[in-house]
Amino acid sequence: MELTGAEITIRCLQEEGVEYIFGYPGGAVLFIYDELFKQDKVKHILVRHEQAAVHAADGYARSTDKVGVALVTSGPGVTNAVTGIATAYLDSIPLVVISGQVPTSFIGEDAFQEVDAVGITRPCVKHNFLVKDPKDIASTLKKAFYLAKSGRPGPVLVDIPKDVSNQKAEFSYPATVNIRSYNPQVQGDIGQIKRAAQMLLEAKRPMVYAGGGVILSDASKQLTELVRLLGAPCTNTLMGLGGYPASDKQFVGMLGMHGTYEANFGMQNCDVLLAVGARFDDRVIGNVAHFNSVPRKIIHIDIDPASISKRVKVDVSIVGDVAHVLSDMLAVLNSSKQKPDANAQKNWWKQIDEWRGANSLSYKNSSEIIKPQYVIETLHKITHGDAFVVSDVGQHQMWAAQYYKFNQPRRWINSGGLGTMGFGLPAAMGVQLAHPGATVACVTGEGSIQMNIQELSTCKQYNVPIKIVALNNRYLGMVRQWQEFFHGNRYSHSYMDALPDFVKLAEAYGHVGILVEKPSDVEGALKEAFARKNDLVFLDFRTDSTENVYPMVPGGKGLSEVILAEDL
Amino acid sequence: MRHIISLLMENEAGALSRVAGLFSARGYNIESLTVAPTEDPTMSRMTIVTSGSDDVIEQINKQLNKLVDVVTVMDLTDGDHIERELMLVKVLATGESREELKRIADIFRGRIIDVSDKTYTIELTGAGSKLDSFLQAIDRGLILETVRTGASGIGRGDRILKL
Ligand SMILES: Cc1cc2nc3c(=O)[nH]c(=O)nc-3n(C[C@H](O)[C@H](O)[C@H](O)COP(=O)(O)OP(=O)(O)OC[C@H]3O[C@@H](n4cnc5c(N)ncnc54)[C@H](O)[C@@H]3O)c2cc1C
Ligand SMILES: Cc1ncc(C[n+]2csc(CCOP(=O)(O)OP(=O)(O)O)c2C)c(N)n1
Ligand SMILES: [Mg+2]
Repeated sequence: MELTGAEITIRCLQEEGVEYIFGYPGGAVLFIYDELFKQDKVKHILVRHEQAAVHAADGYARSTDKVGVALVTSGPGVTNAVTGIATAYLDSIPLVVISGQVPTSFIGEDAFQEVDAVGITRPCVKHNFLVKDPKDIASTLKKAFYLAKSGRPGPVLVDIPKDVSNQKAEFSYPATVNIRSYNPQVQGDIGQIKRAAQMLLEAKRPMVYAGGGVILSDASKQLTELVRLLGAPCTNTLMGLGGYPASDKQFVGMLGMHGTYEANFGMQNCDVLLAVGARFDDRVIGNVAHFNSVPRKIIHIDIDPASISKRVKVDVSIVGDVAHVLSDMLAVLNSSKQKPDANAQKNWWKQIDEWRGANSLSYKNSSEIIKPQYVIETLHKITHGDAFVVSDVGQHQMWAAQYYKFNQPRRWINSGGLGTMGFGLPAAMGVQLAHPGATVACVTGEGSIQMNIQELSTCKQYNVPIKIVALNNRYLGMVRQWQEFFHGNRYSHSYMDALPDFVKLAEAYGHVGILVEKPSDVEGALKEAFARKNDLVFLDFRTDSTENVYPMVPGGKGLSEVILAEDL
Repeated sequence: MRHIISLLMENEAGALSRVAGLFSARGYNIESLTVAPTEDPTMSRMTIVTSGSDDVIEQINKQLNKLVDVVTVMDLTDGDHIERELMLVKVLATGESREELKRIADIFRGRIIDVSDKTYTIELTGAGSKLDSFLQAIDRGLILETVRTGASGIGRGDRILKL
């Protein structure tokens, strides 16, 4: 049967089982919107800004194992979406973004609302397509979903000119997809896996460093089993939190710039390092030469060969999907007669416990002024450590990462690679829609929240009862901290003057707002907010504006060159 | 070190800009880049001449392989290979230099493919270094125009880049 390009587009989404599409209409996508109107399988969420559409689709994807889908119009619709696309790209999140384009005969004429969407997004997508013929829509969307989700996931943009969405073509959704130039390696090389296993068995000071790849591969079960079997300490990157249960005694916390003392010293001093789905980011290994100055063997598991030996040279590389590789590695270890060296490990743990003794996450609570760390700890308590915590970017993000102990994967949702302020609220919206009834907290700052505050309106329209935990320090705190440490206390434009009354603002959008100014009110306010199951509650916590995030490994420094709270 | 990387890619609109964009975005050097369809019209073959440390070259190869449109990549410099480039040079050929230029062209096995009363256009093929030497051998002042294709490369014997 012949269908229009717009009908085909929607049919494809239905075939893919798409539950939600986050979007914003405009001229170039009107035919597609018309088809959305005529059906009710794919639910459309009308955001208030295209950046938010992409972040919401992204939050949806991160908290499930599905592909997030967004729909935007040509020109400003696409350019608004770019920040969202780049955010997903840097964290390897599977998205399909459909953009309208001016009619094919207008392309290249500087037509109304024309931008080269494929060109503008090229450096921040896994792949993108311009569809020039309605008969190619189905196969292109099939490829888009497959590319987004397989291998190293990422966003894929499909640009559809207006005339293409209106012309007719025969529709059939391909059952399978084959791209001859794209064959991600899923299974790891067994020889390499055996070498790695042997190395780990012989280690005196083994360490496991696991990142976002574990979450993306849904491999926390295998990781947990492996870490227990090895008896090694395990650290997570910011993106890997929840990949290994934080309450387990073998967990040494997050590593990197704001990682714990024990995690960073463990990294620096281990003799065999197993890196799992983590990419030796510069916020993790700030100074590669300093890291390399201590000899150690490194095993690296990653589905993307380009992640391996990019910043840090490794000894054993295993290209493949974490879940598959770890299962094979477990099988090898379980069938080996050799066991990890218990004696050596005893000493290693003694050393680690010594580092733990530095208590690098301790802070001085106050009865006068609200400490941000205390808010997060209380949030953890009130939500039984079981909430989806979606964060914005800044100091509050680091405190949420440090003090909310994540025991499950896909519960910690944040923008790590691009560090996009404004991510939190729309992403939380996507998370809540994916998990109706679940507890969703959006930890944010007064700076970040204002970058997508308009989504309070979307939350009202679709009854999205997230809880906004704003750590309002009246500063672009993370910037202020750097200015304090590295720019002689010159707080150049990091003070947020003329802040809105967030309680009134929340109310203006039809939500509930609570102002919290005293430490003794923190717990009560959180309880009250989370008891309101059906309301969006905006908690405006006036926190200590001078508080800094510790520990801190300054940019370019080595992992052991850390600043602790007590140093200052 | 200088490397010659050959690759096959889908003959899709925009494929070239993905490769060019990769090099500029990641700050890799491009000495030259040539591309044209192969006997299989769905595929193009590209030759990129680049330089960098071993680590950088390793990343270039991996990043190229990662592009969805790229079918297969081979670093020709990893083994025996042949490199050829075509150059057309238009020179001022009057008076005694007319004879002299013809002689030098012969020595380099160049061909004069266009003649006017004041000029010769000489065609020359070879490795880039040979083309450089030719340009050095003739009087700079006589060169009116040069155009070079950039290197194309192919493996020797049974080193074959195919799908
Ligand atoms: C203000 C701020 C401060 C920060 N401070 C820190 C900090 O202190 N510590 C910290 O860790 N980070 C910090 N970050 C985050 C940092 O910028 C990086 O985003 C993060 O470290 C990268 O995490 P990752 O290495 O786990 O890689 P990810 O970006 O999560 O990448 C995942 C890796 O796994 C691979 N992969 C994906 N899927 C699979 C699969 N199925 N199988 C195998 N491999 C797969 C990918 O190819 C990739 O190499 C900070 C960010 C901000 C904004
Ligand atoms: C879109 C964007 N612009 C600028 C930055 C740089 N930046 C990083 S953290 C930060 C301050 C965030 O302030 P706030 O949301 O109040 O959080 P706080 O650090 O105070 O907790 C800024 C400006 C960024 N990450 N994203
Ligand atoms: Mg702030």
